[in-house]
Amino acid sequence: MTQRRDFLKTLLAAGALALVPIKAFAAIWNAPAFQSIKLQEAMAAMQISNVSLSSDIQIIAPDKAENGAVVQIEVTSRILNTESIAIFVENNPTALIANFEFSEGAEGFVVTRIKMAETSDVIAVIRSGNRYFSAKKRVEVLENGCG
Amino acid sequence: MAENMRMRAQLKGDTTEVKVLMTHPMETGRRKNDFGDFIPANFIQLVSAILNGKQVLEAQWGTGISKNPYLTFHLRGAKVGDIVRVNWTDNQGKTGSGEIAVSTA
Repeated sequence: MTQRRDFLKTLLAAGALALVPIKAFAAIWNAPAFQSIKLQEAMAAMQISNVSLSSDIQIIAPDKAENGAVVQIEVTSRILNTESIAIFVENNPTALIANFEFSEGAEGFVVTRIKMAETSDVIAVIRSGNRYFSAKKRVEVLENGCG
Repeated sequence: MAENMRMRAQLKGDTTEVKVLMTHPMETGRRKNDFGDFIPANFIQLVSAILNGKQVLEAQWGTGISKNPYLTFHLRGAKVGDIVRVNWTDNQGKTGSGEIAVSTA
């Protein structure tokens, strides 16, 4: 009887332990990805691989940005079951700008304003299931906005 | 905490457009002050949006988001009067939040 109780206690404790890291994990900032200088390193730190280009992703951004400190970027994904949108600027001091994870009826769409150090491709990577899709848009930057 | 965030949530058809403007310096840590000293990094790292108590969006940000961050996202299934809440946490552990009821356009 005691043995069974101990076993149950262990099971409950293990269950509680297993739940904590999962919840905590979701809220942990991905430092290796954000500190990566190069695009490929940042993508690797986010476990992004086998990315295919997709015309179902639309990036709206200016062709020319006078001031790189504020560049408005709009990303729309028409890919079914878009779970996340990551935004990268290849030529910035660190390539990863942001990653947005959607759930519970949030659509695969985001508008935000970003800093750009110099003329670069802006790259959006969408995750759907375990597949990755991307699109890019060239933005010519006239004044460094990364200070 | 309303002073560090401005929000609007408008139902248009069956989509609710949520616009958020946060007040934050978003310092990269690479900028120097007038004395040549680096200004410490100070930027929002985590942002979450919650509709009626359920998380709908979770974002991780780096230093590449502009000062006084701006964000628009779209929600399906929200009704007029539903509450959209947005929380942020920065790299120095400070937090901010705001909430708004969904209205018609």
